[in-house]
Amino acid sequence: MTRPGGPGRTILVGTARDAERDRPPVFDSLSDRLQEIFTKLRGHGRLSEAQVDAALREVRLALLEADVNFRVVKDFVSRVRERAVGEEVTRSLTPAQQVIKIVHEELIATLGERNEPLTFASRPPTVVLLAGLQGSGKTSTAAKLARWLVTKHRKPLLVACDLQRPAAVRQLQVLGEQAKVPVYAPEDGSGRGDPVAVALGARAEAERAGRDVLVVDTAGRLAVDAEMMAEAAAIKDAVQPTEVLLVVDAMTGQDAVQTALAFQEGVDVTGVILTKLDGDARGGAALSIRTVTGRPVKFATTGEKLADFDAFHPDRLAGRILGMGDVLTLIERAEETVDRERAEAMERKLREASFTLEDFLDQLQQVKRMGPLSQVLGMLPGMSQQLRGAEVDDRDLARVEAIIQSMTPQERANPKILNGSRRARIARGSGTTTQQVNALVRQFDDARKMMKQLAGMSPKQLRRMGLRM
Amino acid sequence: MEPEVLLVVVAALLVVALIAVVPLVAGRRSRHRADGHRQAVVDREPGVGDDAGSPPVATRAVTEVALPEELEERPGALPAEVEEIAPRRRFRDRLGRSRTALSRGLAGLLARGTGDDAAWDELEEALLAADVGVATTGELIERLRSRAQAGDADLRELLRAELLAAVGAADRSLALDLVPDSERPAIVLVVGVNGTGKTTTCGKLALALAEEGKRSVLAAADTFRAAATEQLLLWGERVGAQVVRHQQGADPAAVAFDALASARAKGADVLLVDTAGRLHTKTNLMEELKKVRRVLEREGGKVREVLLVLDATTGQNGLAQARQFTDAVGVTGLVLTKLDGTAKGGIVVAVQRELGIPVKLVGLGEGEHDLAPFDPEAFVDALLAEDAEAR
Repeated sequence: MTRPGGPGRTILVGTARDAERDRPPVFDSLSDRLQEIFTKLRGHGRLSEAQVDAALREVRLALLEADVNFRVVKDFVSRVRERAVGEEVTRSLTPAQQVIKIVHEELIATLGERNEPLTFASRPPTVVLLAGLQGSGKTSTAAKLARWLVTKHRKPLLVACDLQRPAAVRQLQVLGEQAKVPVYAPEDGSGRGDPVAVALGARAEAERAGRDVLVVDTAGRLAVDAEMMAEAAAIKDAVQPTEVLLVVDAMTGQDAVQTALAFQEGVDVTGVILTKLDGDARGGAALSIRTVTGRPVKFATTGEKLADFDAFHPDRLAGRILGMGDVLTLIERAEETVDRERAEAMERKLREASFTLEDFLDQLQQVKRMGPLSQVLGMLPGMSQQLRGAEVDDRDLARVEAIIQSMTPQERANPKILNGSRRARIARGSGTTTQQVNALVRQFDDARKMMKQLAGMSPKQLRRMGLRM
Repeated sequence: MEPEVLLVVVAALLVVALIAVVPLVAGRRSRHRADGHRQAVVDREPGVGDDAGSPPVATRAVTEVALPEELEERPGALPAEVEEIAPRRRFRDRLGRSRTALSRGLAGLLARGTGDDAAWDELEEALLAADVGVATTGELIERLRSRAQAGDADLRELLRAELLAAVGAADRSLALDLVPDSERPAIVLVVGVNGTGKTTTCGKLALALAEEGKRSVLAAADTFRAAATEQLLLWGERVGAQVVRHQQGADPAAVAFDALASARAKGADVLLVDTAGRLHTKTNLMEELKKVRRVLEREGGKVREVLLVLDATTGQNGLAQARQFTDAVGVTGLVLTKLDGTAKGGIVVAVQRELGIPVKLVGLGEGEHDLAPFDPEAFVDALLAEDAEAR
């Protein structure tokens, strides 16, 4: 699918906003704020300096809120300014969209156009060394990476070189077992043993056991700890890694720059793994690191399960940093979970506007399969901010399901027949209240109306509506 | 599948999801607010209007694959020389390790006078560089500007005073002293996102309490991360504190329950509950945490402190963390860890201004004694340090 150009307002966001009205705006979506500015500053034909400057103030705030380092923000904004001033406003885009488009393109240009894959050694074994601060997630990431390698038909060996943190070796062993990957752990760790010696032994072990990728877990260390950094360098010399991946917490703030520079100097980082991207942090640290080190983010972890690990897509992070959602991932996920026949049936029903509570239930169940609701909604443009702090709870879905399941087939097909006693029965049957049943019926009516609107739209309009990055 | 069909489908699904959930969310949020108010004075027991009919809380299943974060600092033997330095001195030393941009910003401001916009920008950037955050920085700068115009010249002192006012809350002590016998053990719940140093903080806190003559029991309620229990056990051995544990994947509330019974039987002064790291955005995991607190209180336990462990490298997300954990379990204090690195931990300024939660403890290093009471003056001075490398 081609990626659509700029952002747009969306009726979806409108719905959420109504619910959010009583909350102080923590951070309105950038596109909304720019829209506001440009309604005040009307220009003709070209973006004026005044317009661009006003817009870039907002861009700057957005980037700082996303934890991009302030120096990186400064350079970035001045680059965007250069490009934007005098730019012709094309007919298809509003000035706000035009600025966002430039910002977005510049973000992608900085982050990299596409995923940079892991480099494998021409002569095995490939050695991947993981390094980072304490608590960034090295040990679990090591296991996730190893599991990912298995799915790519490699034969990884986990190497336990974190001999500092109590029980870190044990943690890796447990995880290795779960990932069904052998773990080379000759030392018990917890403050005892020489990680360099372990590293030295690892290559021989790989050869002996016939493993072709070594994933080396190391102890967390601070950027300012010269002694520990020297140890990391010694481990690096011992294993001769093909890749040295810096593991960085997506929640990291301004300090990401110092950390990245220190590790680059200490162990010559070749790439980055961004962890905990399943939270609501915007991950601006990735932009900082990429800018100051030039090293690409290669992988991201997005959950607590071993499988929650995948190649990193810089273009998607660009949208996230700007608070614009992650529609591509959403569509990918829909593709995985919604089967073709159902999708087509759904589309037909939309067009014919014959949408019943039964379909409503069916679709809810499909949404559920796409993942936790908070995660799914977080990928929507503008939604992550709207719903920040809101408790989107999958149990709400369960309640809706229970209510619909307590209806007879006739009632599901034709909610008009729901009189007071039917509603009371449904409430009893689903363990809810009549008010909740009433609310659901109202919501269903709303949904049906929106479906009608949707059905009348062309794909182009749909995209403009907000299904774009 | 053709992209067009897919697009329509995704749109439809989302409309449905949103419609189904958003009104409920809005309704519940307002109720929660009311609840929160009520709970503050009365209790946390379920009451009329609570979700009596909601399905059981989902917990991380035993079958789910564990994801451990490599969380903790390395406790190691402390060099003898460090041992002798008084805590406050060490706080300053550690904080002073890194160079601060803020001091350069101030120097520029002082040299060029207060009328120079560029100098103010520099000052602003310096605060931003310490993770103080856009909103709080804007507010601080605004106040400084108005006071500077009013003729107050010493900007450095002014800024110091502003920052101190922001972080120097009156009561930063742990509410663990003077606990009546009937309310023993005093319960401390240690919470936070993954990888901030909760287990390490529990271990170090148990040690500090032991040195004060208080006996602790440690509850290994992080039943999720692989080997988290082992990690806490090693700390228990080191400190000489009993560790109550279940198997991996067990219900953390059940661990807390047993630990409370055990602490009472032993007549322990303090029960430290180490919980699993959880992202504040995961509703079911936050529910799990609420249950831990609920169960402890149902058994008559007194939760005197809920400590949120924040990593000093955390950026603006720290505020969201503090908000969500406070909503869920009522955070009473922050523990700012890993302050011995280059990160300044400026996010606590924003947290304290917005939520009024004081920083109570700081993690200053990997030694087992490197957990110190928060010293606002030293913290602010570190932010404002002239040139730390020269110190």
